[in-house]
Amino acid sequence: MTGYTATVTVRLKHGVLDPEAETTARALERLGFELEDLRSADRFEVDMDADSAEAATERAEEMAERLLANPTIHDYEVEVAERE
Amino acid sequence: MTVAVVRFGGSNCDRDAVRALEHVGVDAELVWYRDGLPEDVSGIVIPGGFSYGDYLRAGAMAARDPIMEEVREAATEGVPVLGICNGAQIGCEASLTPGAFTTNRSARFQCEHVNLRVETTDTPFTAAFEEGDVVELPIAHGEGRFELPDDHLDRLEEEDRVLFRYCDSEGAVTDGANPNGSKRNVAGIVGERRTTAVLMPHPERATLPDVGGTDGAAVLRGFAGSA
Repeated sequence: MTGYTATVTVRLKHGVLDPEAETTARALERLGFELEDLRSADRFEVDMDADSAEAATERAEEMAERLLANPTIHDYEVEVAERE
Repeated sequence: MTVAVVRFGGSNCDRDAVRALEHVGVDAELVWYRDGLPEDVSGIVIPGGFSYGDYLRAGAMAARDPIMEEVREAATEGVPVLGICNGAQIGCEASLTPGAFTTNRSARFQCEHVNLRVETTDTPFTAAFEEGDVVELPIAHGEGRFELPDDHLDRLEEEDRVLFRYCDSEGAVTDGANPNGSKRNVAGIVGERRTTAVLMPHPERATLPDVGGTDGAAVLRGFAGSA
């Protein structure tokens, strides 16, 4: 078994309204920043032991499918790295 | 035979639901989510509130509690199920119905009375109304914006599964009358079985005459009557 950190990034699908991101963008503009657009995402870092990077990826994908993301509104991606 | 009102940690409309149901003459009891559903339950209400503190997404955690498996089985057998507000979010997250309720267009919590146009009367929840009737119910939510891909919503509409749409006092379904940015002003829908419904507005808060309007009573009576 090897220690891995799986990073699961969950973001809204393209075209789904993100009121929190819009509010954040407006707040940045009020602070004087120039920006075109702003997208936000949730990032989960999951430490786990697994037999291989593939097994760790598979487990993290199942976590995303079953709880972390809602397939109606979200896309997600998983990256796995060995822990130091 | 009694209606089970499922109380999760963080539910806060559970007692209101019991009281409103009893007011319309329906036996109702609170059921703690870890205790599971009682046998021969005649209906199930998933009440409003903030189960699991709305962590991750409203309703996401409660939807994956074991009791929701029992609710899903009961729904499949035709036991009427009504998810209100947080219960609607839980119902969508548990795939009792399609869609998702997510952050309001305003990005704020909104607590107000809204007008709703009755879109179908072919469900127990709306059988007491005429199509096009305007009813008034309160909303109280931060994540009530209905989302569903357009082609899925087309199909839902073809199957006549939209219960209510947000409208103005004349019944016109306009963007101005849409409190939270819900797609096509949808406020509630039924599942594949027309005895399963999710609804962001609160019928149980508009049932007792001493708290204002009573338009919600017909929704609860219809729900309980279909058991």
